[in-house]
Amino acid sequence: MSSSLLFNVTTIAYFAAMVTFLLYLVSKSDKIALGATVICWVGFLANTAAIGMRWQEAYAMGFEQAPLSNLYESVVFFAWSILLIYLLFDLKYKQRAIGAFVMPFAFFGMIWAQWDLDATIQPLVPALQSNWLTYHVITCFLGYAAFAVACGVSIMYLIKVGKEEKSADESPIGGILGMFPSVKVLDDLNYKAIMVGFPMLSLGIITGAAWANYAWGTYWSWDPKETWSLIVWFIYAAFLHARFTRGWVGRRAAWLSILGFAATIFCYLGVNLVLSGLHSYGGA
Amino acid sequence: MSKQTSFVDRLWDFFCSVKLTIVILILLATTSIIGTVIQQNLSQQEYMQKLGMSEKTYNLFHSLQFFDMYHSYWFLALMGLFAVNLICCSIKRFPRVWKIVREPVLVADDGMYRTFSNRAEVVTTGSLESVRDKVSKLLTDKFTAPVVTEQDGHFHLFAQKAPYARFGVYVTHLSILIIFVGAMIGNIWGYKAFVNIVEGTFVDAVWGRNGQTPIPLGYEIYCENFEVTFYEGGGRPKDYTSELVVKENGKEVLRKTIEVNDPLQYKGLTFYQASYGQSGTPTYRFRVQERASGETVEVVGQQGKHLAIPGGASLIPLGYASNHMDFGPAAQVSIDAGDHAHGNPFVVLQKFPEFDDRRGGDYIVSLLEAEQGYYTGLSVTKDPGVWVVWIGCFLLVAGSMIAFFMSHRRIWVVIQPLEEGVGVKCGAIAHRNQPAFTLFFDELKKDLNDTLVEK
Ligand code: HEM
Repeated sequence: MSSSLLFNVTTIAYFAAMVTFLLYLVSKSDKIALGATVICWVGFLANTAAIGMRWQEAYAMGFEQAPLSNLYESVVFFAWSILLIYLLFDLKYKQRAIGAFVMPFAFFGMIWAQWDLDATIQPLVPALQSNWLTYHVITCFLGYAAFAVACGVSIMYLIKVGKEEKSADESPIGGILGMFPSVKVLDDLNYKAIMVGFPMLSLGIITGAAWANYAWGTYWSWDPKETWSLIVWFIYAAFLHARFTRGWVGRRAAWLSILGFAATIFCYLGVNLVLSGLHSYGGA
Repeated sequence: MSKQTSFVDRLWDFFCSVKLTIVILILLATTSIIGTVIQQNLSQQEYMQKLGMSEKTYNLFHSLQFFDMYHSYWFLALMGLFAVNLICCSIKRFPRVWKIVREPVLVADDGMYRTFSNRAEVVTTGSLESVRDKVSKLLTDKFTAPVVTEQDGHFHLFAQKAPYARFGVYVTHLSILIIFVGAMIGNIWGYKAFVNIVEGTFVDAVWGRNGQTPIPLGYEIYCENFEVTFYEGGGRPKDYTSELVVKENGKEVLRKTIEVNDPLQYKGLTFYQASYGQSGTPTYRFRVQERASGETVEVVGQQGKHLAIPGGASLIPLGYASNHMDFGPAAQVSIDAGDHAHGNPFVVLQKFPEFDDRRGGDYIVSLLEAEQGYYTGLSVTKDPGVWVVWIGCFLLVAGSMIAFFMSHRRIWVVIQPLEEGVGVKCGAIAHRNQPAFTLFFDELKKDLNDTLVEK
């Protein structure tokens, strides 16, 4: 067995879980929801094993490095983090419908990595050979993953609250939306996920700074990646303060959470794919 | 009230407002984008030629300080406002929180009981004292030991958990100020510099970022050896290391082999492996055979030097290539037959020592060894504020964990005689995570009923 086979299993499982969660919303059968959750666990275990094997494969090639060294490896680790945070939230709050809105992030991540990204194991350049890389990437990605969960929950909130306001009478909404957690629970979960993500992102920024200081002697140099992670941090700090002290809940909180996640994705991917393009347009 | 104080009041309220905090956070987030889109700190020529900026745009951006925006006056002012906001808010609110924690309200009045969202009322029988003891024991078992106050013939119980959770916010906010202070210390008393050391030589000063003025060290740093290794196939460098020795008054005090991610620290300065390059001229070792006499010698010398070979002639190394046409290391040489004129240059290959035989010259030259000298490029920093920054970072994480995940929970109970029996009234609040606390309180309510009400 090789890691690439296990990554295929992971991708298929995440796809199956996503579809099964949608089936659950339509069928309203708790058995199907349980099935979807079991598939999530299977995918998560396969994902874990695949990352572990890739680690060994790199060692066998003589590269002593954690499997977090290129875009492919980071995307599959991102999918893994999303599952970890999602499953923890599932264990604690048991709101199964959320799976339908969180699993797509993990699935699309995996399918993108599998189809489009270079999966060859490459050695790290000296600047990246450090344990700080591992701490930094893990903390950042756990933060990003919590923000992904918050974003999924916020989308559900906006869909549900829109419908609720249209149906003027007070009767509870039926159909698929009836399977969503109540708007109050969705709003609370949004906040809880951000409360998990924010300290993780803070740790991610700090470990990044510690590493930069150790490797190059400056803990902060305002490079685009650093700056964007700070922008994300500012947005979620604004979210928390608006909530704590000004009572920003519900719709506004949901939009802010979605904006925060958009900035997160830009920080993760856009800085490398878009800004580096901008920077190179005049170059030779 | 005079006009002046009301202005001061308004200014104070402005700086204390959380609305201001949110506006500043959003402004910092949006303006920070500018510096990630416009490359920072290039020269005017680079902006206009490489990035194709018109002169008008350049002048506009220049006057807005967009080319070094994170150090611009307006960005620093925004940061300053951020700090002032934080300080004012803390000054305004901290005393109240301190009071809540240090001087808790032990006796809740009816008005307070009405505002609690978690409430329970039970009517029971027995003496006031026995009810007090039962409730006290229940609280001690399920929550924490209460403080009992007797007032006007009523017993008042107060119990609280994790009051320090209130300080999490202040620790977090203070930590941000500490990080600012650390950054300022670094900016004022620290510097960044660089220095190149040729293998086998030393320096006793480094160069500031402007590259003009040397900064004396007060000691000497030798680079005894520099090595670079590459991954097989392709030229990705795997590792480069410099063996550095610090000498003070001619005495060795420290020796360390540094590499990327593993710097040398001495007397508040840190020396990082940053770059490397080839330096000076290589040293060669040749074997030369005079074809006529068969006499063979080995000569060693540097590029450009005349190396004496048999027959009164000399060999002159002219140049070195680490990989000549994929045949490996090679030297270009010429021979001065004794008439002080350079002969035609020719190339000899280290990997093929017999190759030169085929040239058919008077001498057969073999390159045995060539050693290219390197210099090591070090970046040097002094940052006395960095520890302050790390303390701030630690407090930031610890403080926000406390602020988010710890909750100050308080329970008040009053036990009073009624016309018939004894009345027990209970109210409780948590400053965070109310839903979880409500679950806990509903349990407590059940236990209270079970303890006090006879079935
Ligand atoms: C890691 C970052 C931060 C965390 C975790 C954090 C946390 C909090 C929390 C939990 C509160 C609510 C206090 C309450 O409800 O009792 C609060 C309030 C506040 N925060 Fe922050 N904060 C952070 C950063 C900042 C920053 C950067 C500012 C910048 C000026 C700031 C300014 C304020 C102000 C003015 C208040 C209102 C004052 C108060 O309620 O005591 N905070 N913060």
